[in-house]
Amino acid sequence: MDAITNFLHMGGYAPYVWSSYGITLVFFIWSIMSPLREKRQLEKRIRRVIENEKK
Amino acid sequence: MFQAFFIILQRDLTLAIRHRAELMNPVLFFVLVVVLFPLGVGAEMSILEKIAPGVIWIAALLSALLSLDRIFRTDMEDGSLEQMLISAQPMSLLILAKIIAHWMITGLPVVLVGPLLALFLGLSVDGIETLFITLLVGTPILSAIGSVGVALTVGLRRGGVILSLLVLPLYVPVLIFASQAVGAAAAGFPTVAPVAMLSALLLLALSLTPWAASSALKMSVS
Amino acid sequence: MIMKFIYKLGSPPYFYNLSSKLLPWFSWACIILFATGLYGGLVLAPADYQQGDSFRIIYIHVPAAWMSMFVYMVMAFSGAMALIWRIKIAEIMLINSAHIGAVFTFLALVTGSIWGKPMWGTWWVWDARLTSELLLLFLYLGVIALYGAIEDQRKAARAVAILALVGVVNIPIIHYSVEWWSTLHQGPTVTKFDKPSIDIRMFVPLILMAFAFKFFYGIVVLLRARNDLLWRERRSQWVANLFAEKDVTEDAK
Repeated sequence: MDAITNFLHMGGYAPYVWSSYGITLVFFIWSIMSPLREKRQLEKRIRRVIENEKK
Repeated sequence: MFQAFFIILQRDLTLAIRHRAELMNPVLFFVLVVVLFPLGVGAEMSILEKIAPGVIWIAALLSALLSLDRIFRTDMEDGSLEQMLISAQPMSLLILAKIIAHWMITGLPVVLVGPLLALFLGLSVDGIETLFITLLVGTPILSAIGSVGVALTVGLRRGGVILSLLVLPLYVPVLIFASQAVGAAAAGFPTVAPVAMLSALLLLALSLTPWAASSALKMSVS
Repeated sequence: MIMKFIYKLGSPPYFYNLSSKLLPWFSWACIILFATGLYGGLVLAPADYQQGDSFRIIYIHVPAAWMSMFVYMVMAFSGAMALIWRIKIAEIMLINSAHIGAVFTFLALVTGSIWGKPMWGTWWVWDARLTSELLLLFLYLGVIALYGAIEDQRKAARAVAILALVGVVNIPIIHYSVEWWSTLHQGPTVTKFDKPSIDIRMFVPLILMAFAFKFFYGIVVLLRARNDLLWRERRSQWVANLFAEKDVTEDAK
């Protein structure tokens, strides 16, 4: 328990260290989610294009 | 081939002189920006003389930025740009001519007026001397680098805003070496290093930018 | 052999298939590297003598800064390929690297700034590295802005390729000039981690994180590139086949 609180406390620098890691995590998640989300919408649009091409 | 170079140079200069009213604008803007600084920062000479090199150079950058449009826009609009592109002459040579013409029209006045303004900012004689040299060597670089930015954005509707974003980061080394040189001179230190760097940048710019601008123009106009 | 591979890479269906196979490997590599790097950096590495635990920001700041430069190099290289040989894949790599490159640059700046507060007492210091990074961010934003402003996709790619190449010539010049400028105003800005005698327990996680970031870039750029490629090639036969196959596997489930 002590070890975990010490870890989170980061020798008093907690806000600095964790905000750095936190903001990185936010941007990394966005960087992955954004193309994945786009892919889903893209698939619908491409299917529509393929259907139109068949006609 | 060199004939084409001089023809274009002469053409651009003649066109500029015909629209004499427009010639004053970049210089007036330059003076205005410099004047704003004492008004904004305070009239204390000790502060002003310290920031004078940077202020003059930043004003020179902004005035160059404002005047860049003229390099290619009118030619694009009246079709002469396309004529130049399909002509047998190497486009980069023609662009070099346009860069030099642009500098003579917009940069040279700044070179002449800048040192005068520096007096009003309390810059010492040594500083003013070096300021003149840096402006002389540096302002052509601004025209050269700027030409690439204009070549990339000339076809765009709101190209002016993007132009600033593209060109200003590229101007930073010029600003740094020039203002540091002047500051050093004013403080009595040697200026060989930064002035040498500026000269090197000038040579680099004049040799590379026409090629890059020509490549960009071919893309913009197609 | 290598030339053949590079030549094959230029083919959209080959690139798409290759990237499909690479992504799972990249993902696992990335996860393992992040896990070991973070554990090593946050838990195992001892606190710094002078900076205490705040130095641990280095495990984000330095890899992000390295990647910001690396990605720009990739962009410039792709730009050259795009301009000289008009390779579509090169155009796609170029433009889809810009956003993540900007993110890395931004993270380097923000973490550098946050680290600066306990280290130097202020949120921003005009030292050589941060200032150069800031200008690099503007170069990235310029690429993104220019690409967005040009309607024709292929024209836009060529314009951005030129810009990236002009930028790549300028980056060393900017770096050098900013470094020269900042040494004239020497302040307490010497980063202690420049010295080669860095504790190995601090150093190894840094390398692990650097590789983790590299794989992360690979994943993001491939994800985006695949989307871009599918859309550009939406009318082609191989895409139609791809979607037909997908429907078959969907129906089979």
